[in-house]
Formats: sequence, structure tokens, C-alpha cells
Amino acid sequence: MNTVTQVLNNSLTPQISDRLSKNFNRHLKERVIEFILMLAAFSAVLTTAAIMGILLYESYGFFEHVSIADFLTDTVWTPLFENPRYGILPLVSGTLTVTGVALLIAIPIGTISAIYLSEFASHRVRETVKPILELLAGVPTIVFGFFALLFITPLLQKIIPGLPTFNMLSSGIVIGIMIIPYIASLSEDAMRAVPMSMREGSYAMGATRFQTAIRVVTPAAISGIVAAYILGISRAIGETMVVAIAAGQQPNLTFNPMDAAATITAYIVQVAMGDLPHGSIGYQSIFAAGLVLMLMTLTLNIIGHITRKRYSERY
Amino acid sequence: MMNKQQTKNLNEVRAMIQRHKLNDYIFSIIGLLCLMVGLITLLTLFIDLILQGYPKLLSLSFYTDFPSRRASSAGLLSALVGSSLVMLVTFLSAVPMGVMAAIYLEEYAPKNWFSDLIEINVSNLAAVPSIIYGLLALGLFVYILDLGQSIVTAGLTLGLLILPVVIVATRESIRSIPIAIREAAYAVGATKWQVVYDHVIKYSFGGILTGVIIGMARAIGETAPIITIGALTFIAFLPPSPVTTTAPFLNFEWLSSGFTVLPIQMFSWLSRPSEAFHVNAAAAGVIIILVTLIMNGFAIRMRYKMRKNIKW
Repeated sequence: MNTVTQVLNNSLTPQISDRLSKNFNRHLKERVIEFILMLAAFSAVLTTAAIMGILLYESYGFFEHVSIADFLTDTVWTPLFENPRYGILPLVSGTLTVTGVALLIAIPIGTISAIYLSEFASHRVRETVKPILELLAGVPTIVFGFFALLFITPLLQKIIPGLPTFNMLSSGIVIGIMIIPYIASLSEDAMRAVPMSMREGSYAMGATRFQTAIRVVTPAAISGIVAAYILGISRAIGETMVVAIAAGQQPNLTFNPMDAAATITAYIVQVAMGDLPHGSIGYQSIFAAGLVLMLMTLTLNIIGHITRKRYSERY
Repeated sequence: MMNKQQTKNLNEVRAMIQRHKLNDYIFSIIGLLCLMVGLITLLTLFIDLILQGYPKLLSLSFYTDFPSRRASSAGLLSALVGSSLVMLVTFLSAVPMGVMAAIYLEEYAPKNWFSDLIEINVSNLAAVPSIIYGLLALGLFVYILDLGQSIVTAGLTLGLLILPVVIVATRESIRSIPIAIREAAYAVGATKWQVVYDHVIKYSFGGILTGVIIGMARAIGETAPIITIGALTFIAFLPPSPVTTTAPFLNFEWLSSGFTVLPIQMFSWLSRPSEAFHVNAAAAGVIIILVTLIMNGFAIRMRYKMRKNIKW
């Protein structure tokens, strides 16, 4: 037995080792490539970690000077003044007011658009409208800021006399229009995922399209639609340029959309535009504000994600 | 023979059907109107910008002048050059990274917690507000890595911002390639990388390109992260040219140069109280919106065509 193997080995050794080494190289190359690709994918994790790391690190410096209780309960935000006060509430109220106005516009229009696109529209209408909605979603926000300040606000001032040049109403309306495409297309996806048999069952009972859409399709797709709303809210909260241009720069604890007020994002822009020394409390304050923003959007995104997961598993 | 009661019922039913049909009709009109909101906004926006900005748009010097303290002689030159150079950095950083990450997630990633972790992070990053990327860049690129308020900082920031867009588009495109293509390649002895390089990347090229164009269109219009790194300054010079006439013909000094980009220039004109500068802002807005609409339109059209034409 042994000799046979030896003979075999002797005669074949050159080729086998040759092929084995080639194979080894091939495997090595494959492993190296896989590792490089893995590193590229891992960059997503690193980016998230870096974002959280930077926000927490700079906020830590901020909270060494400011107590968290003051930060969350004080009603005045003036970090750059002589006697600085650090209450985030005015920025949060501004953010929520703008978001509220945006939702009043985007939720009805977005939902009706989605129902129409999914249940009423002919193939041709859908194929024409969806690209236009996508184009609208691609318009840069700075252009929307211009539109809010120099078109919507003058228009509103004709309807509402005494409306200040900077106000949260016009920014809210424009942000609302901006997030219509997100809400409409995500809701439509959810509605189209509802199985045809459910619609057919409803039609067979003599229901009209409208009844089917409202009483069968919408309830069946509700978690997807809610997820769309939540993601829309998250977008509205994080929107920056429109509010920085058109809503005003003064932190103001109010929920009246006719007033001017700064949002969290507008405050960050305002401070970043000035030349604050690195490491100063003003510099750190934008990271603390950013942390609040990040936590708000992160929570919403997670809730939205979970809601959406639930509907996609149901059918 | 129907008795009175039956006739009455029949009429009631007919009236009800009429009413419900009317509801259908009314709703379809409301639906159409709602759809129109987007279209009308887009049109109004564009026409308003053109009406306000046309005197500047038509003058050639607007494209060849530096920004100036006088609205009449202020131009876009440094912003046009700055945007192009920043986009170059963004392209070179986001596209290879994004495509590689997508290939890993679709072709290599085993089903385990590690892959899940990456997936969750990609979808989370896509929803992070852009100004947060600006804060990341300010803390990390500008101060910790000491890259300053330079073209490379802006390019990398926008690169990170559009990374999820590129990853998602590439993955979708890769996923649409039938498994049979891969099996055929494996059957003739190809390694995984050979399959990916010779087949998967090539067949998904169109989809990757659409994703890249949409991502780049977004990056061109992004303002908030660039302002956050502190780049809102008066730039009346051009960065050193990337290409030189003497050997080695390439020059990397431009990467660390100060810069301005189109949306930043528009913002700085828009935030001045003087109306004359608003004309400049409108003209800059027309340029930005034209560039993004053309890029997005091209990408959407391309995707639509691919969906129609490709039959495996």
C-alpha cells in the first residue's frame, strides 16, 4: 500500500503541488477580497459609531458646565449671551411647531395621493405621476428655503395681515410639501402589498372603489401607512435649510406658527455660520442640540422600522 | 307584481348606489387635485426662480465673476469650480465604498448577527438628518483629523451622506440578477470573486449608475452639512488646479484649499437683506435646480427603461 502511494506521489508530485499552490493562491486572493469588501460594508457601522461618539464626546463637555435638569427644563436658550441660559425647550417647541404644520399638510395630501395612486389611478397616470413625485423629492432644500421666504411668505402675508417676514407657518407648509412624496410613495407601497383577493372580496359584496379603499385596503395597510407618517415626521424634524432661511433665528418658546422661532437645526446652522472657537461652550452647545435631534429622529426611525417590519410579515 | 314597499326599497337602493358612485367620483377628483399639489409646486418654484433670476441668468459675466460685495458684479465662478471639485471627491469616496459594501452584503455576507448589524446601520444612516453628518464632519474631519474647512472635508462628508443611497441602489440592482447566472459561472469553475467581477458587477452596472447619479444629485444640492463645517466664507479665488503642465501633471494641493459651492453661495446671497442679492440667489437656484432635475430625470428615465427592457 505504502509503496503504491509513494510511487503515485513521486510521479504526480510536481503537478499536484503546482496545482495546490495555485489553488492556495486563488483561495488567498478570494479571502483577501472578501475581507476588503467586509471592511467597506463595516464602514456603515463605523460611521454610526463615529456620529454617536462625536455627539456624546462634545456633549459630555457641554454637560460638565450645564446640568441636565437645567437643559431639559429651563425655558430660555441663550448660550451665546452674557448670562447664558441653556434650556433646550424653546428649540424643541420651534421644531415641533414646524413639524406639526408640515404634518397637517403632508398627511392628508400624502395619504389621499397614495390611495388615489394605488386604488384609482390608471396605469398611465401612475407611470406619469410617480416620476414627478420622485423629481419633487430630489429638489434641493435650499431651493425650497428660497421658495418659503420669497414666495410663500409674501403670499401668506396677503391673506394674514401682520404676519412677520420670518415665521414658522411658511416653513412648515413648504416642508409639508417636501415630505408629501415620501409619505405618498411609502403609503402606496404598503397599500399595493395588500393582496388582490381582499379587494375582490370587497367588490364582490357590491362595495365601490372608494368603500374598498377606505374600509378594506387602508385598514389592512395601516401599519405601513403609520410607518410612512413616522418616517415623514423624522424627515420634518431633521430638515434644516428651509427653517434656517424662513423661520427666523431667535429661540422662542411658542407653539404659535405665526411667530418666528428657531428650530434645533436652525440653531446649529446659526452657530456654525459664526466663528466660534473650538472647545468653547457655544461650540459644544451645537453638539448637545445635535444629540437631542439625533435621539429624536433615531427613536422615530426605530419605531417606524418596527411598524413597517410588522406589516410586511403579515401577508 | 311589486308592492309599494318593494318599489320604495328599490328606489332607496338605487339612490344609495347613486350616492356611492358620486362619492367615488368626488374622491377621484380630490385625489387628482392632491397629486397636482406636487406638480404645481414644482412648476411654481421653477417659474418663480426664473422670473426673479433671469437678468442674471442671461448675463455671461455671472458665470465668470467671483463673488463680490456689490450684487451687480457678483458671480458664480468660485462656486461652480468648488462644486465640481467637491463632487469629484464625493464620487471617488462614495462610489467604490458603496459598491463594495453592497457586493459584500448581497453576495458574501453570511446570515448572522454581524451582517444584521451592518444592515441595520445602513438603513439607519439613510434616515439620519444631513446636518448630523455636518456635526460629525466638524468634530472628526475638521478638528480631530485636522483637515480644516477644505474641499476634502466637504467631499468626504457628502460621500458619507450618499453612501447609503449608493449601497441601497446597488443592492437592489444586484438582487435582480437571477441566481442561474451565478450558478452557470460556478459550474465552469469560476471563483466567487470571478463570478462577482465578471458577471454580477457587469450586469448590475445600469442600476448602480442610476443610484450613483441620484446620490450625486443629492450631494450637489446639500447645504446644511457644508455650512456646519464652517465653510460659509467669502471665497474670491480658485483652488490650485488639479492638473498642471509640468510633471507629474497632477497636483493635490486643491484638496486642502478653501472653497465655496453652489448652494452655499445661494444661501449667502439669500441671507442678505438687500433685494439685489436675491436676484443672484434666484439665478443660482435655477442652476442648482436644473442640474438636479436633469440628473434625477436622467436616472429615473434610465431605471424605467431598464425595468422595461431587461428580460432574463
